[in-house]
Amino acid sequence: MPTLMTEPAAGRFGGFGGRFVPESLVPACDALAAAFSGAWADPAFRAELNDLLAVYAGRPTPLTPARNLSAALGVELLLKREDLAHTGSHKINNVLGQTLLARRMGKRRILAETGAGQHGVAAATAAALLGLEATIFMGERDIERQQLNVLRMSTLGATVVPVTTGSRTLKDATNEAMRAWVADVDDAHFLLGSVGGPHPYPWMVRELQRVIGDEARSQSPYVPDVVVACVGGGSNAAGTFAGFVDTAARLVGVEAAGGAAMSSGRAGVVHGARSMVLQDADGQVAEAESIAAGLDYPGIGPEHAHLGATGRAEYHSVKDDEVVAAVRRLARAEGIICALESAHAVAWVLREAGGPLLPTGSRVLLTLSGRGDKDMATLGAVA
Amino acid sequence: MTKLLVPYLTAGVTENWIDYLLAMQAAGADAVEIGLPFSDPMLDGATIQQASDRALARGVTIDAILAEIKGAPVRVPLIAFTYANLVFRPGAEQFCRRLAEAGFRGLIVPDLPLDEAAEVARAAEAAGIELTLLVAPVTSDERLAEIVARSRGYVYAVSRMGTTGERDALASTAATLAARIKAAQAALVAPEEALPVLVGFGVSGPEQAVEAGRAGDGVVIGSALMRRVLDGATPADLEAEVTAVRAALDRADQEATADHASHAQISGHRG
Repeated sequence: MPTLMTEPAAGRFGGFGGRFVPESLVPACDALAAAFSGAWADPAFRAELNDLLAVYAGRPTPLTPARNLSAALGVELLLKREDLAHTGSHKINNVLGQTLLARRMGKRRILAETGAGQHGVAAATAAALLGLEATIFMGERDIERQQLNVLRMSTLGATVVPVTTGSRTLKDATNEAMRAWVADVDDAHFLLGSVGGPHPYPWMVRELQRVIGDEARSQSPYVPDVVVACVGGGSNAAGTFAGFVDTAARLVGVEAAGGAAMSSGRAGVVHGARSMVLQDADGQVAEAESIAAGLDYPGIGPEHAHLGATGRAEYHSVKDDEVVAAVRRLARAEGIICALESAHAVAWVLREAGGPLLPTGSRVLLTLSGRGDKDMATLGAVA
Repeated sequence: MTKLLVPYLTAGVTENWIDYLLAMQAAGADAVEIGLPFSDPMLDGATIQQASDRALARGVTIDAILAEIKGAPVRVPLIAFTYANLVFRPGAEQFCRRLAEAGFRGLIVPDLPLDEAAEVARAAEAAGIELTLLVAPVTSDERLAEIVARSRGYVYAVSRMGTTGERDALASTAATLAARIKAAQAALVAPEEALPVLVGFGVSGPEQAVEAGRAGDGVVIGSALMRRVLDGATPADLEAEVTAVRAALDRADQEATADHASHAQISGHRG
């Protein structure tokens, strides 16, 4: 199984990936790929990033045994605690890397899209730290349900631009950020938050997130039987899987039932890459629907599409009510309030433990991608 | 040389959208770009995006659009402007065949750069559809030469960095880019085989059209017209708009030196 450590040829993961962008963006994508290649091979860049990850982001994040849940479920559950990283999610890993890279490329500002706001908060944080301007595009609907993160972003000095088009969620915020990038490509770096988009993003973001999987692998006393992570675009899962793709561990991605690109989508091109996409008979992109704004996205990163097509990873989905129940169960059993996004992975384990997909006695490593403070209003509303 | 005028119309934007198409034809358009609405138009600015959203909200489908076009008395060449996912969903071959059956002459897919275009280019050629490629101000000389060599029908010069949309002034990059494309063509083919170079993006009114026309062989006007449609202009209103641009282009042509007797044509399949 290829571990895809190096730049994939033409940005391909099997039949997925590529670079479906306007001609105006092609030179920028080329320059970004070359810059990332150079930086990633440069020990000084890696050292600076690793230092920031350690002294600023709080890495390594712990691997916590979920003792009470494990006893109740009959599986051995280890939690990779990205919720304990600075800003409250794994998103910080990617933004520190990309913002350092943007600065190295001489960019003055960053443009970012956000759904739940976790990527937006992380992007605003890294921009503040490294002295870049930040403009964050966020769907109007997400702004309504993620007020706390909107406040955090503006407190950090970022400009939050409400996106009023289409479904007014992450999909449309991504379109808007890409449009803004076309107009300001010399000065701005598009800080994409997941493993989607045109090459080099899926590769670059996966490499920047592989710290999750690499750490978990070295922290775990054994290679787990099953590695589970939630998937929207899929960056925390891609980073986690990267640490285990060369082992015998089963890799499981868990999507929102209302945004399950892998099981309900078809191959298509959206936001610059060929991947699995929820769409209608003409190819109009469907509007995903999830209680978790971060998973409210009709596509998935192309590497996941490839891992799914080749059978190396499996993708399942869980419903909103299972997710809400999972947040509460994890909170009461372990004293950890996780994000609604992360709770998708927890919900799958709760549902399948003891069944054929997750037999009793399995050793499970689950990436808890973020913490749930931002979701308290949503949870309160469904109480 | 008479400058080409190619207005853009979002298919299905209103129930009587075919009337706008016929109005453009009556006003002296040399061809019409028909935007097949897409849910996530990455390269379009607010106006065209709004037009696409309105069309999709009306429930239009590609089949319905093609059927309406097939039944309309259209004489000018039609060029479809749409995004990659609509092409790949039925498959490039089937998509191009359906376009050809509906009477389309060409296809433009703005999120399909040179590097990803091979499959669609093959399918288009097999169906007799000309796949027009876009050149941007940031395109390198080497890449520009290859785009020019592979483009069919015309070469689309994206006048500025940014999305489609009205601007107060034509970007200074437009003339430079059109000249670069012309130079690349001169190195590749004999003058009579050169494809027209059309300048688009941010061409808003008659004055800018003349300026853009001077830079290339003609102009594409989209957002400025769609803004009028969205604001409630009737087909007759739109015909007057396009007629004014046509007149301005023709006037500028008469004022220019009469070196060129030939009228550029949008057909130009060079094989």
